[in-house]
Amino acid sequence: MPLLDVQDLRISFRTARGIVRIVEGVSFAVAQGEILSIVGESGSGKSLTALAVMRLITDPNALVEGRIFFKGEDILALPDSAMRRLRGGAIAMIFQDPMTALTPVYTVGAQIVEQILAHQKIPKAAAKARAVDLLGAMGIPSPLDAARRFPHQLSGGMRQRVMIAMALSCDPALLIADEPTTALDVTVQAQILELLLKLRADFGSSVLLITHDMGVVAQVADRVAVMYAGTIAEAGATADIFARPMHPYTIGLLNAIPRLHGPKLAALPAIPGAPPAPQEKPAGCAFAPRCTFQIAACEARPALLQTSGRQVACFRAGAV
Amino acid sequence: MNATTILEVQGLTKNFRVGSRFQPGGRQVVQALSKVSFHVFAGETLGLVGESGCGKSTLGRCLLRLYEPDAGSILFKGHDLTRMSEKALRPLRADMQMVFQDPSASLNPRRRVGDLIAEPLRVHGFGDRQKIAARLEELMGLVGLAPEFLTRFPHEFSGGQRQRIGIARAIALSPSLIIADEPVSALDVSIQAQIVNLLADLQKRLDLTYVFIAHDLSVIRQIADRVAVMYLGTMVEIGETETVLHRPAHPYTAALISAVPEPDPGTRRGRTVLQGEPPSPARPPSGCRFHTRCPAAQPICAAERPVLRQFAGAREVACHFPIE
Repeated sequence: MPLLDVQDLRISFRTARGIVRIVEGVSFAVAQGEILSIVGESGSGKSLTALAVMRLITDPNALVEGRIFFKGEDILALPDSAMRRLRGGAIAMIFQDPMTALTPVYTVGAQIVEQILAHQKIPKAAAKARAVDLLGAMGIPSPLDAARRFPHQLSGGMRQRVMIAMALSCDPALLIADEPTTALDVTVQAQILELLLKLRADFGSSVLLITHDMGVVAQVADRVAVMYAGTIAEAGATADIFARPMHPYTIGLLNAIPRLHGPKLAALPAIPGAPPAPQEKPAGCAFAPRCTFQIAACEARPALLQTSGRQVACFRAGAV
Repeated sequence: MNATTILEVQGLTKNFRVGSRFQPGGRQVVQALSKVSFHVFAGETLGLVGESGCGKSTLGRCLLRLYEPDAGSILFKGHDLTRMSEKALRPLRADMQMVFQDPSASLNPRRRVGDLIAEPLRVHGFGDRQKIAARLEELMGLVGLAPEFLTRFPHEFSGGQRQRIGIARAIALSPSLIIADEPVSALDVSIQAQIVNLLADLQKRLDLTYVFIAHDLSVIRQIADRVAVMYLGTMVEIGETETVLHRPAHPYTAALISAVPEPDPGTRRGRTVLQGEPPSPARPPSGCRFHTRCPAAQPICAAERPVLRQFAGAREVACHFPIE
């Protein structure tokens, strides 16, 4: 049984102009100790998917449907109190911008202690010691001193380490990381990615990594799900997908990335056009208007089908 | 390539005063640029890279005198911009334009696209209404937008289209130099490629010179002929893009390159992850500013600041012990 099993997740919003469907039937699973990356461009629905797993979509006009099984239990059906125990406990999340996720008025040590005490019945002194240990384990120099600091006194990289320390404070089985390195410089990003890999090795945590950066995916993910306009276009083992992408969108995306090595191209093979706005999504394949392999069948929506160890949602998978 | 120098920067220094004496830490002087010197050839693209806080954006703004430099000179086509009065500078401004990172922040949301693009034309007395209208159509064609869009508002466009509008504004007065400050950083990959291609195409057609500021080395490699690497307000290495990116001589350049996550799972490796983070520019280290994080630092690096000097081929490096 996978640790996390998301089945046919649909997220839509009631608006003045009718219902807008953002995520349309997304299914994926994260195994124990696995790093699964959901990659997609802005508006693809990747972050909403992550928020749905945490049940953090609180907009009263949001509709979240489908099933999300965590350790076999459907968390969409859990009462709020049980969800609160799970959130920050067995499932923890880190966000893109640690400055807005941390409160500015408490020291970072106090914030970690608060989370530990919310989930575990241990003496406060023990929680403090654990907070300092965690900060040290995240590679923060002089952790005792850092614990007494306020978020604004720390650099972006240090704040992200604090966030990760806090997320790991209750030994979560699943860590959800939403663009954890996007706001960081490349040398600091490399440090945080190394840290994520080390965590998996040391604690056996599963990670659901949300990112837009194919470079980050290639460096850390075991498996990857490529999202486009609210659906999964393609999913499979990372090495496999990078070596032989089968969905035209994945192919286009990988071609459009400028490379640091290898032959330099005269022009980048860009994907023409832009992703559709959620209310203007075509009824058929959402990528069809930008796709060079489009055929008449693309007027209908392709299902995500299993083909040779890979899932692809394309009528022409294998032919392109 | 035409080897005339269009821009020559000598010893450029810019300090910012931050904080106040009532704040903890008191008043501080941040040296955002410290004696930066380089030149740009006509018709080339010079890439300017570095991490946040290295001074690359400050440098871009100083070049257009959007910030007043504290010391040094900027020779643009032979005129020293740092010594000119605002009034004398004005006609030259038409010849140097800027493209910004966030097109939604740099376009006034209450004005129509046609108005926004026509503004520089009106300010610099381009001509009467017919002449401006004809120029607007031509510009929309150049940046790949339909002329019908001229009557729309910025919010009706996607990020990539808005950046095309920003570019149309910048090229409206046929400048020879464009400073592009992270023009594709806010865009998704598939759109980013379109804008990079557009900029390269416009350069050929309009004979433009670019100073292209970016933090993404792969984008720089795609567009830049030469690249300048900055660290904490200093220039550490400058030279031909392929030379600098594939045979870096400065340890910082090497570390920066090895930290880039390659979109290729085959390249996973124990990379030389640079420890720590850049020090505060308010208290830069003595000597070589990189010595506190440098894997190859020696005692001399803390004592003496290395100067940019010619090294192994078409590049200059500021390091006491450059990588052979």
